[in-house]
Amino acid sequence: MNSPAEKPRKAAKPAVSIEKAQKARRKFLHSVGLAGGVIGLSLLGYIPVTSARTTRLRPPGALNEADFLSSCIKCGQCVQVCPVQAIKLGDIDDGFGIGVPHIDSREQACDFSCDAVQCILACPTGALTYEKPEFLNIREGALLAAAPILKAKAKDAENTLNLKERTGVARLARPESCLAVQGKGFKGQARGASFKGTMRYMEVDRWKPIPVRDHPYDLPLCDLCVRECPVANAIELRPLKGADGVERMTPVVLEPCVGCGVCEMICPVEPAAIVVDAQALWKA
Amino acid sequence: MSRFTEMFAVMLGAAPKRPEKVADKVQKIMFLKYEDKDRYIKEKLHARDHHIVSHKWRNRRWAVLLATNLLFVLSFWLDIQILEGSLTASRFVGFHLIDLNSALHVMLAHKHIIVNLFIGTFTVFLLWVLLGGRSFCSWVCPYHLLAEWTEALHLKLVEKKIVTDHEFHRGTRTVFWVLFALLSIVTGYTVFETLSPTGILSRALIYGPGLALGWVGLLLLFEIFYSRRAWCRYVCPIGLTYGAVGAISPLQITYHVEHCFHEGDCRKVCLVPHVLEVTIKGRASEEQMGLGPDCTRCGLCVDTCPTGALRFEVKGLSKLL
Repeated sequence: MNSPAEKPRKAAKPAVSIEKAQKARRKFLHSVGLAGGVIGLSLLGYIPVTSARTTRLRPPGALNEADFLSSCIKCGQCVQVCPVQAIKLGDIDDGFGIGVPHIDSREQACDFSCDAVQCILACPTGALTYEKPEFLNIREGALLAAAPILKAKAKDAENTLNLKERTGVARLARPESCLAVQGKGFKGQARGASFKGTMRYMEVDRWKPIPVRDHPYDLPLCDLCVRECPVANAIELRPLKGADGVERMTPVVLEPCVGCGVCEMICPVEPAAIVVDAQALWKA
Repeated sequence: MSRFTEMFAVMLGAAPKRPEKVADKVQKIMFLKYEDKDRYIKEKLHARDHHIVSHKWRNRRWAVLLATNLLFVLSFWLDIQILEGSLTASRFVGFHLIDLNSALHVMLAHKHIIVNLFIGTFTVFLLWVLLGGRSFCSWVCPYHLLAEWTEALHLKLVEKKIVTDHEFHRGTRTVFWVLFALLSIVTGYTVFETLSPTGILSRALIYGPGLALGWVGLLLLFEIFYSRRAWCRYVCPIGLTYGAVGAISPLQITYHVEHCFHEGDCRKVCLVPHVLEVTIKGRASEEQMGLGPDCTRCGLCVDTCPTGALRFEVKGLSKLL
């Protein structure tokens, strides 16, 4: 009884080890597949970054885009300190930009109502920084000629913002729809009753931003972008002779523009006549 | 090879080995244990009968995990500012805390370290040296909790023979760790963060849900239907980073061979069962042994062990007490 059973067992022995070897091989191949699959997926993150489908407006003090994406630790502390909640984080369709902060100016611009640029202060990795390390280059046209003067701090001893570079530049993208260019005034809530954006109005409360809808305007000539620009001398209305020979006014963006986006948020026409070109450089 | 380096190699993917030398005391314990088979079986059944199934450590752990993540959420929502930020980097009442793996990747990608980044990383390094490295995984990481719940589902499906667990080689995680580190250096982007369910979930909890949760969902489905706890076991470099840090931690789960019946209940509930191979008959070389750096100190084995052979212990402190 024993000996016949012994024989097949002996014969089966190499079969078992072959099976074992096959199992190990399969496991190895599966593991290679898993590694390849996950790494491949992670590299899909390149697509949104290189295609630059939308160039994001970064918070003030942001490093150049590639450096910003690498140095940002995706924690959102900048989001938490912003008094107007202007900062949003990227989603997985931003690829390597997942969790990286950006600002959608039309929805909620940065109006510097924190005065000290709190997001820079909150950043633990220096992705947002007051002082760029020396080895990082400064793009020509990003460097501000002088520290921007914050209108809200005009009466303070220190009246400037601690910013060296701009994050974008405002541009009158649709002059034909600009109310000032058309010689029109503006009355009412700048962005309508349902707009959720907030802003600081110095005459209301220096430390408490209020909803834009709670601050209606009555202007004989619309100058909202100039009036609400938080930076001194960054934009002004200038006379413009139209094709019909009638003298009108047009907003002109000047060198101190830091690209904060308040003009884009406050512009009452739809879509906004003035927009901020994210990461754009100043061209004289 | 010292036990320390061997356990480290096991964490990286090596198969646990039989000990070359078993201490005399252990040999004696084993001899006495099996001297009288009837008595051994009686004792075993006795222990089983009197084992009160407890979820003490699991419940404590879930409470800590939920409380930590809730503290993040409430700090922002209610603006109580105790723990600001998310799991990748935060401030606890002003003190910088930075996740070691995220910090590593930022350093590798950006190749520049500012003071706050260093302070936060060093603080967290010390914290997890003390608290046991991979304790981060089981006591803090929100993905761990979700994966634990879906694991229960997976096990149920396995039991009903609807799905089978496909194991990968554990060394794959080490390969991932190296590859992601290389990718950060070469591309200059923190590539791993794009897929990290830890970061994604933490941000989703605090700042609101997004598309990225779809990826986390896919991972969970993969774990339910294809491979048990695949992300934590075979992929996540965060676990390996913290494992390396915890290698020198005084907080461990220790194994006492004297009380063990070598039944393997502990290995069945464990996320990293290779650390419990020491509980297999003949594998223990010392009377009392730490489980090694890959152990997440989750305590499921402590809860499940009917004889108290597995315990939470703090090296040095237990002797003092």
